[in-house]
Amino acid sequence: MSMLARTVGRTFMQAAAARSLHTTSTVRATDNYGANRTTCTLIPGDGVGPELVYSLQEVFKAASVPVDFECYFLSEINPVLSAKLEDVVASIQKNKVCIKGVLATPDYSNVGDLQTLNMKLRNDLDLYANVVHVRSLPGVKTRHTNIDTVIIREQTEGEYSALEHESVPGIVECLKIITAKKSMRIAKFAFDYATKNQRKKVTAVHKANIMKLGDGLFLRSCEEVSRLYPRIQFEKMIVDNTTMQMVSNPNQFDVMVTPNLYGAIVDNLASGLVGGAGVVAGASYSSESVVFEPGARHTFAEAVGKNVANPTAMLLCGVKLLRHINLPTYGEIIQNAINKVLNDGKVRTKDLGGQSTTQDFTRAIILNMS
Amino acid sequence: MAARFIQKIVNATPAASRSYSSGTKKVTLIPGDGIGPEISAAVQKIFTAANVPIEWEAVDVTPVRGPDGKFGIPQAAIDSVNTNKIGLKGPLMTPVGKGHRSLNLALRKEFNLYANVRPCRSLEGYKTLYDDVDVVTIRENTEGEYSGIEHEIVDGVVQSIKLITEEASKRVAEYAFQYAKNNNRKKVTVVHKANIMRMSDGLFLRCVRDMAQKFPEIQFEEKYLDTVCLNMVQNPGKYDVLVMPNLYGDILSDMCAGLVGGLGLTPSGNMGLNGALFESVHGTAPDIAGKDLANPTALLLSAVMMLRHMELNTYADKIERAAFETIKEGKYLTGDLGGRAKCSEFTNEICAKL
Repeated sequence: MSMLARTVGRTFMQAAAARSLHTTSTVRATDNYGANRTTCTLIPGDGVGPELVYSLQEVFKAASVPVDFECYFLSEINPVLSAKLEDVVASIQKNKVCIKGVLATPDYSNVGDLQTLNMKLRNDLDLYANVVHVRSLPGVKTRHTNIDTVIIREQTEGEYSALEHESVPGIVECLKIITAKKSMRIAKFAFDYATKNQRKKVTAVHKANIMKLGDGLFLRSCEEVSRLYPRIQFEKMIVDNTTMQMVSNPNQFDVMVTPNLYGAIVDNLASGLVGGAGVVAGASYSSESVVFEPGARHTFAEAVGKNVANPTAMLLCGVKLLRHINLPTYGEIIQNAINKVLNDGKVRTKDLGGQSTTQDFTRAIILNMS
Repeated sequence: MAARFIQKIVNATPAASRSYSSGTKKVTLIPGDGIGPEISAAVQKIFTAANVPIEWEAVDVTPVRGPDGKFGIPQAAIDSVNTNKIGLKGPLMTPVGKGHRSLNLALRKEFNLYANVRPCRSLEGYKTLYDDVDVVTIRENTEGEYSGIEHEIVDGVVQSIKLITEEASKRVAEYAFQYAKNNNRKKVTVVHKANIMRMSDGLFLRCVRDMAQKFPEIQFEEKYLDTVCLNMVQNPGKYDVLVMPNLYGDILSDMCAGLVGGLGLTPSGNMGLNGALFESVHGTAPDIAGKDLANPTALLLSAVMMLRHMELNTYADKIERAAFETIKEGKYLTGDLGGRAKCSEFTNEICAKL
């Protein structure tokens, strides 16, 4: 009953918002259903992915968010149940938005492929820019405070080329590909992001002292692009020094732009600083579509079915999605609820030092939405 | 002394390459550039105070023009290193664009240094945000991403080759497990990205896996590079000895150094086929060179590692204890640790504690 009262209350509040909404089911029935609704592709992923996605769906339902999900189970470790990659790609191309759990990438392949399913999906959709905004969360106690860094990672080339061969037994070559075109593209993305979000500095992470040609090309491309943005400061840093600086003085970083592998390293490192894989959201952009996925990609397979995973990262992905499809009011409601629950600190999952379950946490978020 | 000497002869196995012709052993010392000479002098002073039975042979590695017209390390230095098999090295400056190879690289080649070992331990008395760090990173040092094979296929497309060989992977894997065993470590973690680089990192992973079976007393686990990065900053106590390919080792060793307070406090050793070289990995700090302000801890702890490598454990323990105590007391700390003492005061205090 109280639930209904809350929903009704919310409806009035949202009616005041600029966008005309129709939230309660009775109203919706008379309206032409689906007129202002968005369809979003949903890939639950492996490990705890399905549990987290369920939590997100519950929250969306409770907030009466006008988003419908088109669910595809995509998995590399469970090829029998997995949907076809072409179907998933087609769905994302149609919907332009997708929420994705983490896909497990085993270190062998059933069919001898060197490319992982993740790589295939990214390459097919050309999801070249991965953006992870790492921010200290209210109420989450960590060693460092006030971290606010955006890591922009090129994710279609570099070490993740899947070009490997065994020249003679016992000698393996793995090719890392860096191209001027893609380096320029990611650099431009980073500077555009910095401009749009009023950021001051872009740091290019590299190892050009060793990989003089490959990382050198990446660095030169970044330098070249930086000249077009005189109002944004540009800085370069060698990757090993970056990690050292990150653990000792993370507040110096603003926007970072990195090739593929270094991005994975810095993403995870930074996520560790603000509370772990359960609390950081990310997004991968192509020129057409966006895939929202947790920022540090861990399937957390050992926790499957235990109801202990932290859904915060996934919920934040949802918030990002809502902002992206221009439903910021709903996004605010969920974001505020997350902040409130974390700040209160009464309901906390294990990774943040609490004892609550995924379900408890989700329920607390729903109760705090107002 | 005589008894000790006899004991050594008795214990020496015929296969041992080191000859114990006298009680004192010669060690090549490369003081280095910038603050190098001061901190080397500090280490020598402490070793004298502790009566360590080694003799230093200081060599100059300023590049000279060789018979082939190229600049390189003087032959005398190479000979010294090759006869002594053990060296201690301060920071070296690599002049940019002077037309000769990096000296570090040259030394690595000369000694055939295949494994880089860096223990990182939280120091009592120097507070950082992470206080339970005790990890050792062991890094393959000859191939991987640092193979140096790169080319531009067409304009704007560069291909760099990461080279992984069974031989080098096995060698470093064996060293890691042997190290764990010799130093009473419990666990070896192999850090890899075989889910992405399925063949190359896959090969490395398999080599370490195979080696793990030969050391059943050491616990073994496999972790992805990103997982280690994530967990290391949350709970560094999860890890013990880490073994990994070149680039990951480079990154993680520096990150771990960051956890305990920077490169000024972490020792480093390089194991090779033709000997071992111990060094401090920090820079030459030209801005404070000659001002008696530098912190010799990294080089001193590297020298302690060297003593352990030479099986002079009692001396190693003694010196290490004195150094840790001095830092813990915090009366004579150098500027980088937030103190105001001079390098010589810090050194004298350690000598006094011996």
